[in-house]
Amino acid sequence: MKDGGGLGGRASLLRIRALIRKETLQILRDPSSLAIAFLLPFVLLLIFGYGVSLDARHVPVAVVQDSRSPDSEGFMAGLRHSPWFSPTIYPDIHSAVEALKRQDVDGILWFRENFGREIHSSRNGPIHVVVDGVDDNTARLVEGYLTNVWQTWITLRNERGRESSVFPVTLEPRIWFNPDNRSRDFLVPGLIAVIMTLIGALLTALVVAREWERGTMESLFVTPASMGEILIGKFIPYFVLGMSGMALSVLMGHFLFGVPFRGSIFVLGLTSALFLSAALGMGLLISTVSKNQFVAGQIAIVSTFLPAFILSGFIFDVHSMPKMIRGITHIIPASYFVTILQTVFLAGDIPGVIVPNSLALALFSVFLFAVILRISRKRIG
Amino acid sequence: MAGDRESSGNVISVRDLVRTFPSPRGTVTALEGVSFEIRKGTVTGLIGPDGAGKTTLLRILAGLILRDSGTVNVMGYDPSADPLPVQGSLGYMPQKFGLYEDLTVMENLDLYADLHAVPPSGRKDLYAPLLSMTGLGPFLGRLAGKLSGGMKQKLGVACSLLHRPPLLLFDEPTVGVDPVSRRELWEILHTLVRESGATLFVSTSYLDEAERCDDILILLDGRILGAGSPADFYTEVRGHAFELESAGQSPRSVEPGISVLPGVVDTVLTGSRVRILMEDRSPPVLPEEFEHFPLHPVAPRFEDAFMDRLRRTRGGDGKTRLPRQLHRKTGRSGQGEEESAILVENLVRDFGTFRAVNDLSFEVKRGEVFGLLGANGAGKTTTFRMLAGLLPPTGGTLRVAGQDVRKSPSKARQNMGYMAQKFSLYGQLTVYQNLRFYGSAYGLSGKSRTDRIQEVLEFFELVSYRDVSSGILPLGFRQRLALAVSLMHDPEILLLDEPTSGVDPAARREFWRIINGLATEGVSVLVTTHFMEEADYCDRLVIMAQGSLLATGAPSEIKERARTPQLPSPSLEDAFVSLLSRAGPLQETGK
Repeated sequence: MKDGGGLGGRASLLRIRALIRKETLQILRDPSSLAIAFLLPFVLLLIFGYGVSLDARHVPVAVVQDSRSPDSEGFMAGLRHSPWFSPTIYPDIHSAVEALKRQDVDGILWFRENFGREIHSSRNGPIHVVVDGVDDNTARLVEGYLTNVWQTWITLRNERGRESSVFPVTLEPRIWFNPDNRSRDFLVPGLIAVIMTLIGALLTALVVAREWERGTMESLFVTPASMGEILIGKFIPYFVLGMSGMALSVLMGHFLFGVPFRGSIFVLGLTSALFLSAALGMGLLISTVSKNQFVAGQIAIVSTFLPAFILSGFIFDVHSMPKMIRGITHIIPASYFVTILQTVFLAGDIPGVIVPNSLALALFSVFLFAVILRISRKRIG
Repeated sequence: MAGDRESSGNVISVRDLVRTFPSPRGTVTALEGVSFEIRKGTVTGLIGPDGAGKTTLLRILAGLILRDSGTVNVMGYDPSADPLPVQGSLGYMPQKFGLYEDLTVMENLDLYADLHAVPPSGRKDLYAPLLSMTGLGPFLGRLAGKLSGGMKQKLGVACSLLHRPPLLLFDEPTVGVDPVSRRELWEILHTLVRESGATLFVSTSYLDEAERCDDILILLDGRILGAGSPADFYTEVRGHAFELESAGQSPRSVEPGISVLPGVVDTVLTGSRVRILMEDRSPPVLPEEFEHFPLHPVAPRFEDAFMDRLRRTRGGDGKTRLPRQLHRKTGRSGQGEEESAILVENLVRDFGTFRAVNDLSFEVKRGEVFGLLGANGAGKTTTFRMLAGLLPPTGGTLRVAGQDVRKSPSKARQNMGYMAQKFSLYGQLTVYQNLRFYGSAYGLSGKSRTDRIQEVLEFFELVSYRDVSSGILPLGFRQRLALAVSLMHDPEILLLDEPTSGVDPAARREFWRIINGLATEGVSVLVTTHFMEEADYCDRLVIMAQGSLLATGAPSEIKERARTPQLPSPSLEDAFVSLLSRAGPLQETGK
């Protein structure tokens, strides 16, 4: 009986093949890995894709008219036609305040008794606006949109010639790369990067921890298979699985959320492979520290998902962060991938963005695997 | 083969091996200066209770953990410095067998064959004898996770043999396996060694498996307690063992008196007799009240040698003189028209399509020690949980202390103490705090609680551990505390689920002495065990297999049934095995 022992050679390839086959059979029979690779991105994309939006649409507002006038009616019509608001008439300010407290509405528009008079005399729109400040973000949006509607109405009113033109200059904003200015187009690519961070790390961290828990790692160690072979045997199947999950996310992003795709599949595939290597490497690193599925899962979420979510620039602007925090964002692989994906989706293959960020991802992968190979030994405890 | 490199006859030699582990409470020494040799072509048993250091030792030999100091030589290599050549010619089976439960039997075999680079051409010839030996042939397509415990272990053995290793290290291959499979496994191991000339080093916590080995190494608390052939051990205690017939009197009430006589090393109950182990060949000098009891010299057992060695290393301290009284409330047998403490009739429990307990009936009388015997998966724990009202039965009647458990589980529980298999203690709380908490949980408060705690502490000799965190108590004491906790509310009925598993024989003795003391005071005890010799301590017992009742009666009656001309004095295990193999019409109804 000869055993291969060292790395390389036919025996080594045979062992790697056996390990990959074993892992594949396990993946196919145990739904948990498949769930992580496919169900998790599906559900997360649905939740975040529909739930996290920086646009306010159909914000419920209460409207109170102390005295009805053609002017206030006109403004109401403008409000109704606006995509941002769905107004509800309340008889008096007290019931409107109650509604605000119940969170039935996010704001109140109050046309005071003198509205009709004042609008003609001073043009100083005496509309009373109350905004629910609990959700700071929505509050500011409501305020901004109301102003917007108000200005539109004034402009229209002026154009109809009742009074001389107040605004000689018209602002015509033009937005590049996201002409619809839909925040979803901007968020979904970043979201995919964040989700893939979690999935890549979870896949490997959990399955290796599972081998420890079930005692199979111990048997594996007492075979001629080297640590490198065992790691490759883990990496390849989950790389394939992770790439499939990535493909699913991209398809969902494009077809379900209607995010445009202006780059090339080739660049997308290549950069995804680089990023997934880093994410899987992170999972393998976690599993060398924790040999328990529960703890491994916790570490994966805290050390990969949370930083990626908060610090990758996918939702919170990195440039507005304190300097030190901005420094930390550089050691988060997801922040590079967020930039890449946003570019590939919305702008196309722009070498000036893709190349440096891809290099950073490649560096991460190499570094992580060097660390793993260095600290992994075929030893228990 | 790597074994050819060996010039001397020793496959393994170990000198002054030390291994410590850091732990939150300081350093724990797992192995403390262990030295031994293992001869080529032998079966050597590594025997010791849980926590003795068996697994640590085997893992060091397999190069899976490093040593602190000492020298280790395995087949000419140092496994710490050169793990790969050792691991390449090693058949290693860890305690949690390394099978992939979601792969089939065949896929597991193929995986390990691939990993050991067994050429695909020769595999058929290689698998055939292994499959016929293990009886796995018909199950090739079955998932490993769906095999029975015994079959899993056999598959584990087969997987570790695929590359025909010259050295086998097996860590507790027989744990949790029913007696029949255990015997078959040992057959397989012996055949293997005989036919291939391999060397087998196998650990076990069953003392009775020692006699199946060529050489024995006893490991206790990280030290070698003894080494030699079984015959060596028997010779040491030949003529030291006696059995006392307690004519008419309950052996349980006789035994405490005997255990404190001068020169007595150890006493245990076997059926209606008291088995006595002496320091030497002189029989015990019986006090007057026992003088007329017949005393017979009997053949020594391996356990005798173990207890004798233990006494010599630990000093005279090896035995305790318990039975002090644990005060019990007076006049509590008030509701005593009910003769039986526990009554189980036609009990059924299904999990989906799987019937875990099938038409089980038995009765435990007041003050009886009643055993529930069976391999892992026989349905013992399921039955226990139903008795404790933790799991609703699918069908049948359950009465505990006259209360219908299905209708009023909380009332039934008031009279019941339950000690779960994994002791449910709060590791961070001290002994006292645990007792206080459980006392309160059972509704004790104020002076009655304080008094009860003191009483229990004294009875279980836990006074000196009063303020020690229960998590760091030695296993034997933790087990005592778990029992103490379940006795806080002074129950009439005690349910003990595998109370002694993993505890060393000396601690087990003390534990049984406590149980016997409680039974003498009228507490009814229902206990599950997979130690056959412990079943001998029970008044009556039930043997379960695959959820069904296999036999019921006193140990002597059950043994009687297995008596054949070939086997004139069968042990309980013999009886168990013959019952299982005869298992045509399984059911006998318990009366």
